[in-house]
Amino acid sequence: MNVPALDSVDALLIVPALAGLVLAFLPGYRLAAGVNCVASGLAFLCACALLPHRPAPGAYLFVDDLNVVFVVLSTFVGFTTSAYSASYIGHEIATGKLNPAHVRFYHAMYQSMMFAMNLALLANNIGLMWVAVEFATLTTVLMVGIHRTPEALEAAWKYFILGSVGIALALFGTILVYMSAEPVLGEGSDAMVWTSLMQHAAAFSPRLLNVAFVFLMLGYGTKVGLAPMHAWLPDAHAEGPTPISAVLSGLLLNVALYAILRFKMLLAANAAAIAPGPLMIALGLASLIFAGFMLYRRDDIKRLFAYSSIEHMGIVTFAFGMGGPLANFAGLLHMTMHSLTKSAIFFAVGHVVQVKGTQKIADIRGLTESHPALGWALVAGVMAIAGLPPFGVFMSEFLVVSSTFARQPLLAIPLALGLLVAFGALLLRLVGLAFGEPSESAGEVEASVVPLYVHLALVLLAGLWLEPHVAAWFRNVAALLG
Amino acid sequence: MIFDLAAQAAQMILVLSLAPLLLGFTRKVKARLLRRRGAPALQPYRDLLRLMRKEVVLADDASWLFRCAPYLIFAATWVAAALVPTFATGLTFSWSADLIAITALLGSARFFLALAGMDVGTSFGGIGASRETMFASLAEPAMIMIVFVVALIAGSTQLSEIAFHMLSHTELRVSYGLALIGLVIVAIAENGRIPVDNPATHLELTMVHEAMALEYSGRHLAVIELAAALKLLLYVSLIACIFAPWGLAPHGADLRAMAFGALAYVAKLAVGGFLLALFEVSTAKMRVFRVPDFLGAALMLGLLGTLLLFVSRSL
Amino acid sequence: MGTLAFDVAHLFAGGLVLVSFVLLYQDRMTGLINIFTLHAIVLSLSVAWQAYVQHAPHLYLTAAIAILFKAVVIPLGLRRIMVRLRIHRDIEVVGGVGATMLLGICLVALSLVVMLPATAAAAPLAREDLAFALSVVLLGLLMMVTRRNAISQVVGFMSLENGLILAATGAKGMPLVVEISVAFSVLIAFIVIGIFLFRIRERFDTVDIQELDRVRGGRR
Repeated sequence: MNVPALDSVDALLIVPALAGLVLAFLPGYRLAAGVNCVASGLAFLCACALLPHRPAPGAYLFVDDLNVVFVVLSTFVGFTTSAYSASYIGHEIATGKLNPAHVRFYHAMYQSMMFAMNLALLANNIGLMWVAVEFATLTTVLMVGIHRTPEALEAAWKYFILGSVGIALALFGTILVYMSAEPVLGEGSDAMVWTSLMQHAAAFSPRLLNVAFVFLMLGYGTKVGLAPMHAWLPDAHAEGPTPISAVLSGLLLNVALYAILRFKMLLAANAAAIAPGPLMIALGLASLIFAGFMLYRRDDIKRLFAYSSIEHMGIVTFAFGMGGPLANFAGLLHMTMHSLTKSAIFFAVGHVVQVKGTQKIADIRGLTESHPALGWALVAGVMAIAGLPPFGVFMSEFLVVSSTFARQPLLAIPLALGLLVAFGALLLRLVGLAFGEPSESAGEVEASVVPLYVHLALVLLAGLWLEPHVAAWFRNVAALLG
Repeated sequence: MIFDLAAQAAQMILVLSLAPLLLGFTRKVKARLLRRRGAPALQPYRDLLRLMRKEVVLADDASWLFRCAPYLIFAATWVAAALVPTFATGLTFSWSADLIAITALLGSARFFLALAGMDVGTSFGGIGASRETMFASLAEPAMIMIVFVVALIAGSTQLSEIAFHMLSHTELRVSYGLALIGLVIVAIAENGRIPVDNPATHLELTMVHEAMALEYSGRHLAVIELAAALKLLLYVSLIACIFAPWGLAPHGADLRAMAFGALAYVAKLAVGGFLLALFEVSTAKMRVFRVPDFLGAALMLGLLGTLLLFVSRSL
Repeated sequence: MGTLAFDVAHLFAGGLVLVSFVLLYQDRMTGLINIFTLHAIVLSLSVAWQAYVQHAPHLYLTAAIAILFKAVVIPLGLRRIMVRLRIHRDIEVVGGVGATMLLGICLVALSLVVMLPATAAAAPLAREDLAFALSVVLLGLLMMVTRRNAISQVVGFMSLENGLILAATGAKGMPLVVEISVAFSVLIAFIVIGIFLFRIRERFDTVDIQELDRVRGGRR
């Protein structure tokens, strides 16, 4: 039988695209949720298949050490989130927040978003990467507004406007990068291909690259949620369905950060261009400290964790801005741990909101008594994200701090300050949420807590013992990042 | 030497004599466009003569300024109008025909008129003066920006050189277009034509220039009216000189070239008057508080023209 | 090609900046939509000229897309929305027109100062196009920031995209990927906008952002 050999890379794109198309027409939410899970699982398997055997870079798609990490992480979180979503959606339909048409739309958009994110991560062409990030933004905007309440519409509108502005600036930066590459690589798509760009970066015009990087940092930085371009993030997380919050925090922010990292590598290859580090450090610290202080006065639980996402993205940006093998390693590890932990937290939060019927922190109390499985999971999650040992986040934060001490001791002061502030706020809130007299519940937990526990287990494992292959892998990539 | 002086004198006389005709011609065209017969084109001459023969009625509170201002205004405006090249460039006094000097002369004329308006203490004079200075505070910067644009292109603020440059380098320039539109806007505002002010009425809503000159009578009023006509002529010939300099006799040309230049000039005035009448008939007067926006547009155009020039120069 | 090519490109690019200013000045919805149509037309003329000068026929397609979508479909759609939502209002401006215009001029000057030295090595046509494109982008951004009405913010965003298209065509030889993507984003963006505006209509009787903000109330 003559079956055309399907590359894992192509499969990573075809599977979500097809699934999205199919899901747009499937009636019945159980079937749709099932197909969603299966498609996401398949994508994850394809991503794992990329690890041992990597296809050669093509004109439009390529795989190297850096994006393999991101792709595997992305598809894994996508898979577990789809599993969670399958159980979550049932309750949403039952309470009337979503109707069947919305559910079809939701599932179709979910797979389209996975497609877009995979495309962005695997793209070898800077223009194609931009298109994919834009498409991912659009799908998430549509999903954030899916509840159609005034607050949801406002959140989606704000996300749309700010996201579009960011994307527009990023496009301008992309055009400038092309302009700097064109004299060296000639006109046409050659001057947009990553592999060629990296090879010839030293010959590009440094001033143009500088201006380009500023635009790219501002543009993609808006999508990462760095202060001061973060304004869309809390609302989008609070008003969208919880699986979307998980995906936003766990995946989309990473994809945008990946784009910034690629351009950082490009700039680092050109000796005369400005060091991209200081700008990233500044934005990262600003996000960290700002978000840390904002955590204190939140009274919506999803908003609280949205600001926590801003904070952690700030830490990751700071680490990558710091540069050097240790800081890069720490950044990668932190990014991975944050994706897993934050999505776990949002899984828990989603259940909590369903169970208690409200998102207000003041109305959610005593979870460990009323719903022990959920309550203790939330405790573990918040402890993890606050940076307590033995979870993986502690390890990565520790590495970031120690690498900062080694390279720029003065910067360690604001870094540590931000971390402590956030730590305090989260633990303060946790005490109210998890312990004490339970508040009244609106219903029982119908959904599965398995994805939640899987994530937390992984984070715990990484904190206790980082598998040598994984560690070596991170080290390779850290060296690549320079 | 004599010839040059005679040519310069001829320009001064030409300008003075054509000013009322331009005004009359514009009014006639407007009337015709509105399907009226209108007053004859020579009517302004008759009006001036009539006013000259009338007695001057002065208020008791009028100061020496009130009596002298009309002549000062007339002198400044006439000098400015006489400096603008009409049928030839490079005349005897053309070295002083600097755009900035002309703007300054017009500014001083405006200053005296505003003072005269406030001198007698009537409320109409006050309204007129305040409106006039408000418009001026925007029109002058706009004028200066336009002067910048033109001067940057031509390399000098002297009108003869600007005309010469335009004649020798005909090219497509956005900045020229922007400067032209800006100058037209400034001209409309400075002369108090529709849509900024209605020169035909004496209603409070529409008075700017009329309000300041309301107390004048007899020969004073005749002189001020002549000055206003000269100002209109000045702006039209300025636009013609900078943006449509074809037909101007070059420096040191003979009588025939100058005659041809004079004919071309009269033709340009006719075209200018016609276009002005057409424009006035097609738009409505705008409310006074909108005029700053209108003039702001001219300022923006001037600024934008300068920026665009800056871009094309640095490339 | 010589200096005529440059002059005409300069004319169109400068004209686009001028129309952006006129767009910034508009205080009525119909005027806004009309001037936006003009903006799109000037953009497509500019792109068509670039196509001619660079001998790049695929840019004609971009010009056609720009005219079709942005000068025909979108203004018609916006007018429809205006009628359906019964918005015939003035557009409130944050900060006064004069200040906005001056700020706009400063932004244009800023973009010239940033872009011209940075592109010192490129062809004059490309340099000027990028400088003006950045001006149009910043003016679009200014428009989005100083407007209170959702439709006018959307128009500001579209003028921003026009600036991007100008930049993309000015950069010689940029492949069609980018142009399709920009056109694609226009299409999708409008669909999204349309959906949102109608959904917003379902909930409120206004498309005023301040009203939307009011809904937030004391949410923290």
